[in-house]
Amino acid sequence: MTVKQISVFLENKCGRLAAVTRLLAKAGVNIRALSIADTSDFGILRLIVDKPDQAYQVLKEHDFTVSTTEVIAVEMPDKPGGLARVLDILDQEKINLEYLYAFLGQSGHEALNIFRVEKIDEAIEVLQKNNIRVLPEEEVYSL
Amino acid sequence: MIKMYWNEKYECMPREELEELKLERLKQTVERVYYNVPHYRKAMQEKGVEPDDIQSLEDLAHLPFTVKTDLRDNYPYSLFAAPLSEIVRIHSSSGTTGKPIVVGYTRQDLNNWAELAARSLGFAGITKQDVIQISYGYGLFTGGLGIHNGAERIGACVVPTSGGNNKRQVMVMKDFGSTALACTPSYALVIAETMEELGIKKDEIKLKAGIFGAEPWTQAMRKEIEDRLGLSAHDIYGLSEVMGPGVAMECCEKNGLHVFEDHFIPEIINPETGEVLPYGEVGELVFTTITKEGFPVIRYRTRDLSSLHLEECSCGRTYVKMSRVMGRSDDMLIIRGVNVFPSQVESVLLESGYASPNYHLVVDRKNNLDTLEVQVEVSDEMFSDKVRGLEHLEHLIKHELESVLGLSCKVTLVEPKKLPRSEGKAKRVTDKRKL
Repeated sequence: MTVKQISVFLENKCGRLAAVTRLLAKAGVNIRALSIADTSDFGILRLIVDKPDQAYQVLKEHDFTVSTTEVIAVEMPDKPGGLARVLDILDQEKINLEYLYAFLGQSGHEALNIFRVEKIDEAIEVLQKNNIRVLPEEEVYSL
Repeated sequence: MIKMYWNEKYECMPREELEELKLERLKQTVERVYYNVPHYRKAMQEKGVEPDDIQSLEDLAHLPFTVKTDLRDNYPYSLFAAPLSEIVRIHSSSGTTGKPIVVGYTRQDLNNWAELAARSLGFAGITKQDVIQISYGYGLFTGGLGIHNGAERIGACVVPTSGGNNKRQVMVMKDFGSTALACTPSYALVIAETMEELGIKKDEIKLKAGIFGAEPWTQAMRKEIEDRLGLSAHDIYGLSEVMGPGVAMECCEKNGLHVFEDHFIPEIINPETGEVLPYGEVGELVFTTITKEGFPVIRYRTRDLSSLHLEECSCGRTYVKMSRVMGRSDDMLIIRGVNVFPSQVESVLLESGYASPNYHLVVDRKNNLDTLEVQVEVSDEMFSDKVRGLEHLEHLIKHELESVLGLSCKVTLVEPKKLPRSEGKAKRVTDKRKL
């Protein structure tokens, strides 16, 4: 039920993000979701792509510091309170959310968010118990 | 020109007499270390030299060199040539990999040191009429206490401000009427800047002489310090391994530093071959102490590049002159007066548990203060998808580096293979200070 996120270390300077996207474009990798966390010196680029293994490979070959992280893709109604309800559930179970970001596309009329949590199995379990859909890997990559 | 000497007998001793004195003292020192310090005895035996073989000053060249790692290997007390009960003071300086170098002084050593520091102050025209503000750090570093004892010996009024607290330095300087200042040249500029910030003009202070050392500086810096503080700036040379400030001092000519040859014998060698070079040639400066009891050194390789010049000086002193230090024959950096080796950074990074990470040091001077930035390539093992994780790592490395180097620094994480390399080899240091 987990999705592979590609994390890339970037120096906080001009052209670094462009270098990554250029490489991925050349390798025919499509970006489905992305977020950047930055400090004054560096940034961490997090990507969900259609072909994570290829993306990892090509970035590695070009000397980027890359890692893959297990995250979950959570579906919720695309209306006020949609995200709030999901977060309430996690909060009640004391599942700490490291970060989250939105998916670019939609699955039907639902919104999709990528969640990075420490206790990933517990998170999946509790979300499913509350009838919240956690998307399987293949579905996410092919969206 | 009025000639003022603290100790005319020695400062102006005829060369012939001085050479005799040097030889006599050299013989005593060689004997002292041979019979008291296992390291020197062993090193001499390996070279097949006995104390009796030293019959002329030229025979000095037969003695083995001493290098910084010898000092470290004998940490802390094994190179002392006097029993600990006779040692009355300890100082220490940073070593190459964590362990510092420890030096000990007997009462007589401190006496001699005060004498030489007093002579040095005399070179800059400082007398008992002066109020001397000592803004060198006090403590294990030799700068503060070294000058302090010399200034008291002269009978000057000592204001031991030590380093830091710039505004207070300026207030003290103005209100106490300091006429002389001793500190690192870069700190002198910080004080000048603070003065300007506070709107204090140089004619509101009474400074006339400055004794600056412990780090390399340039003629341009001298001019700037002299202009902004309205004083005459003199270069002082010393290193704790040999004694501390007062090994050599610049006179009114300001074209080189007289080495106190009645206490230290300087040589210039080819750093590659160890061969002794003639006067005038540039090479590595080597010192043999000839009066020290606690921590004598034989042919200590300073790694400082300089040249020696024996010519008549208008100041009347007969000592040989060493040129201002022009650089290093190793990769040591002097940052805010602190000795830093790139290998220290390397060992900290290795010990932090990450397989031989690549790093690069950037040294710069901003607002007259040296800055050190340590750039570290982020390897896969170090990487985290969480900002918190990387910031924690940055903080850990910074903390560890600062405790080992004794110097604050900035740690910057960089992408792999982005650090400068020359001919395939990593270039470890970029020094932007243009010294």
